[in-house]
Formats: sequence, structure tokens, C-alpha cells
Amino acid sequence: MPVSSQLDRRAAVAALLKHRKDTLVVSGLGSPTYDLHAAGDRDDNFYLWGAMGGAALIGLGLAQAQPEKRALVLTGDGEQLMGLGGIATIGVARPRNLDIVVIDNQHFGETGMQASHTGRGVDLTAIAAACGFAATGTARTIAEVERLAAQLSEPADGPRLFVIKVLAENPPRSLPSRDAVFIKNRFRALLGFAAA
Amino acid sequence: MHSPQPHLDSSAGDDWPSELYRVLKAADVRQMSYVPDAGHSQLIRLFSADRDVTTNVLTTEEEGVAIAAGAWLGGQRSVLLMQSSGVGNCINMLSLSAIGRFPLLMLVTMRGEWAEFNPWQVPMSRATQPSLEAIGMKVMRAETPEDLIETVESAAALAYESDQQIAVLIGQRLIGKKKW
Repeated sequence: MPVSSQLDRRAAVAALLKHRKDTLVVSGLGSPTYDLHAAGDRDDNFYLWGAMGGAALIGLGLAQAQPEKRALVLTGDGEQLMGLGGIATIGVARPRNLDIVVIDNQHFGETGMQASHTGRGVDLTAIAAACGFAATGTARTIAEVERLAAQLSEPADGPRLFVIKVLAENPPRSLPSRDAVFIKNRFRALLGFAAA
Repeated sequence: MHSPQPHLDSSAGDDWPSELYRVLKAADVRQMSYVPDAGHSQLIRLFSADRDVTTNVLTTEEEGVAIAAGAWLGGQRSVLLMQSSGVGNCINMLSLSAIGRFPLLMLVTMRGEWAEFNPWQVPMSRATQPSLEAIGMKVMRAETPEDLIETVESAAALAYESDQQIAVLIGQRLIGKKKW
């Protein structure tokens, strides 16, 4: 068994997004949504509070609709495990502007820190590689996250999936609006689409 | 679950899938996702050959609900094709469309309701409309090609212009009997 990561998730997400520029970000339910909000509320953030297993696919639809922009899905290991089939769908779709970053604490943090599959040998990066992703990798230190952030700003030949192994703990919650219509309209307005 | 259905004895003499394609193009649909059904095969071929539409083959139908929401966030309209057995897979993901008031248009070919040979199709067939309605979808139904075109035209307007979540059920009687 590898030594569990000591990386603080909020520090990792802050470092990851430090140079995000105009990247569109979708966050999976639970801690990744709080992490994204804690890094700074923005109109080009779309926060999920449900739809477990759907974050990466929302990213796919978004990336396909906005081919000139980059889309980043920030999600958790439990959320991505529920959408494993979506990794195959994204591998086949092969968008060049979609990145998935799994903030992996190897636990279901929102429901009492039950151990998830990723601490028991299931490797999401290997699954993504087998599905034809253009690049995959795992970061375990803040220096590795900083290198990953630099890599994300470079163009890609296809979808990329990275795992950031973090310490299994719940930092104080940082809660964005739970009004999905508001968040949706705010996001679309930034891209030039008026609310009906 | 999705058994192949290569031989269709179509009772609809006219070319309704081409007409459906025309209606969806006129509605400015730019993304299409699907889990295959024989009843959708011609529509899938038409969209797959269309370079102005991004087509995604799915491993399970709820992926298409999420893709449609993402497409809308990015300013594009999306349509989702499936057979009735796939509706059950979508239920929790439909929370996203409901709570975010994301436009959603699903075209569902019915199995298990008309001259069905495979009894395994029957339970989900029975549950299709009630479960869609329970999660807040508006359900429309067509039994003839003419009715189908008009229904999809109206469903597309309701979905994309009025931010509604609509499933159009395409009766198995319309699609035709599967030959075994």
C-alpha cells in the first residue's frame, strides 16, 4: 500500500487554478464544489450539488459547445467512480479542450469518510489511459500540482485525466449558491447567452 | 438490454426518420447523443454523417442528460435518443435538468408494448411514462409518423424556447414489429 497523501485539498486546488485564465470549470458534488468556491467564486464556475456521476459529461457537452475555450472538470473519486462509463464516452468523443482532475482522498468524504475504491487498487488514470485519453498522471505534492497546472495551460491532442491524491479530511465548507438556475444563467451570460 | 433489431417490418411507409432529422436541424440542434435502438438507426446515421452536429455514443443513457446540460451551458442545443429500457437509467440524472431548468429533449422508442417478443422489455416499458413524470418530465406520445413529426416540432420549441424537459415516446406500433 502506498503511503497516503498528506496534501491539503484546498492548497492543491488553489495551486491548480492559480493560472486558470478563462478556463470554464465544472465541479462535482461535495468537496470539489466547496474547493472550487473556496478558490474564488466566478461566473465561469458551474457548481454541482447532485447529478452524481455526471460532472465529466457536463464538461464534455460544454467542451463540444465551446471548442475555442478550455473546459476543466474538478471532481472527486466517488463522483468519478459513479461515472466510469463516461470515461469511455469521452475517450471516444476525444475533445481536445477537456481536462478532468480528480481530487482523490480515497474516501466518500461527504457521508462519513467511508473508504472508496481508489484506495483499494482502482486507478482512474489507468482506466482513462485504456480509454484513449491523450494524457494522464497523478500528483501527490504541491510541486507536482504546480507542474500539472502548467501542463493544463498547454494545448492537448485529446482529453486528459489527472488525479491529485489529497489528505482525507473535510476542511470548513465553503458554500456556493445552491440555485442551479442562477448559476446556469450567470455562466451563460458570461459566454454571451442571454436568459430567456 | 439493447438487443439487436436488424429486420424491421415497418408499417410506416413514409420516411419519418428523415423528416425527424429535418425538424431537429430546423430547431438548430448541434449535439446528439444516443444509446442505439433499431428504431433510431436511420436518425443516428443521418446525424453521424452531419459535420455540423457533434454526435456522442454513450455507455448508458444518463450520460446524455449530463451532456445536454453541458451543451446548453456552452450555448448549444442537444437531443438524446434511447429506447424505453434506457429511461430507467436516467432518473437521478434528470434531477440536473429539473433543478437547473435545463432544456432537454429526449426521443424514446418504446419496446415492450406492441407485439413484443422479449418479455424482459415489458416491466421498464410499463414504468417509462410514470417514472419520467415522477421526476418532473413532460411526456408526449406519438403513434403515427405524421403525429410524430408535429409532436417533435412542438416538443423542441417547448424544450429550447421555454426551458422545459420533454420526453417524446415513439410508440412501438409506429416503429414496426421486430422479426425474430
